[in-house]
Amino acid sequence: MQLAELQTVNAERAARRAVLVVTDIKGGAQRVVKAADVAADPLKEVLQKRLRLGKSGMEETPEGEVFVTVHVPSAKLVITGAVHISQALAPMAKMLGYDVAVVDPRTAFASPERFPDVKVIAEWPDVALPPLGVDRYTAFVALTHDPKIDDPALKHALERDCFYIGALGSRKTHAKRVDRLKQNGFDEAAIGRIHAPIGLDIDAVSPPEIAVAILGEITATLRRRDGA
Amino acid sequence: MDTMLARDEDILKAAEDWRKAGRGVALATVVETWGSAPRPTGSNLVIDEEGNFLGSVSGGCVEGAVVTEAMDVIDSGKPRLLEFGVADETAWNVGLSCGGRIRVYVEKVD
Repeated sequence: MQLAELQTVNAERAARRAVLVVTDIKGGAQRVVKAADVAADPLKEVLQKRLRLGKSGMEETPEGEVFVTVHVPSAKLVITGAVHISQALAPMAKMLGYDVAVVDPRTAFASPERFPDVKVIAEWPDVALPPLGVDRYTAFVALTHDPKIDDPALKHALERDCFYIGALGSRKTHAKRVDRLKQNGFDEAAIGRIHAPIGLDIDAVSPPEIAVAILGEITATLRRRDGA
Repeated sequence: MDTMLARDEDILKAAEDWRKAGRGVALATVVETWGSAPRPTGSNLVIDEEGNFLGSVSGGCVEGAVVTEAMDVIDSGKPRLLEFGVADETAWNVGLSCGGRIRVYVEKVD
């Protein structure tokens, strides 16, 4: 691979845009295709399919047997609630490769002492979220139990089409949340995208166990997606 | 950067940074897998001319062989397609104890 092409790949990823590399593994010919340029590429159908699946692989094409590498942006995790569960969830998610941000306007919770090495933003979601670039490669988790904080953040996550959206709270709490979101104009399909109660059903009790349940569910959503 | 748990983009960024620093660099990519393979298609290993490496193409079973081949690729500039199958323990050859098969494409970064 030419250094210039590698730089293009890295720059696209840093800008959180998907990029593909098409390699003729017999002849060595290679080209980089930015997501925005896929529609104009001779192999557009193959590349669109690969981009949709987010999976690299060999393809039989009119250009011969090529290997298509798909680079999608790294996943982000945005959490509202600098709570006990988040203290376990944030470092675990970092270990899984997520860029993590914790948002909580309550400064007693959102302190660097409670979250060493994690981006903690002690602001309301309407201030904190827009600069974070929440997108379809982002998982969003609402953990405050406080509708004043969680609701605006959930709306933001739904509007930005996060690949995973989860909200802590009992079925009863969630039923009230659903009512509020409906009043705000969100339809059943949108609201149905929210995982609540949050996390895989593994009878988790402690905050770190709940964090495992949440990360298990996020991982399943990320890896099983088909067409997302 | 945590070299124990390098993410995919860390590996490609390392490839860029190492090359810019003047080191000979090769990139290995898993292009096909059959059966039970430890790392999925698209997984990367970056290697420099001194045999330093970051990332993985298997569970540690064939990285040694890939690094050796990669140093030849850095010398010659010619890409190679490597195939690894099941390890034959009695013959001490390099292979995958998990029973899978993988193909690895090794190319120079220049």
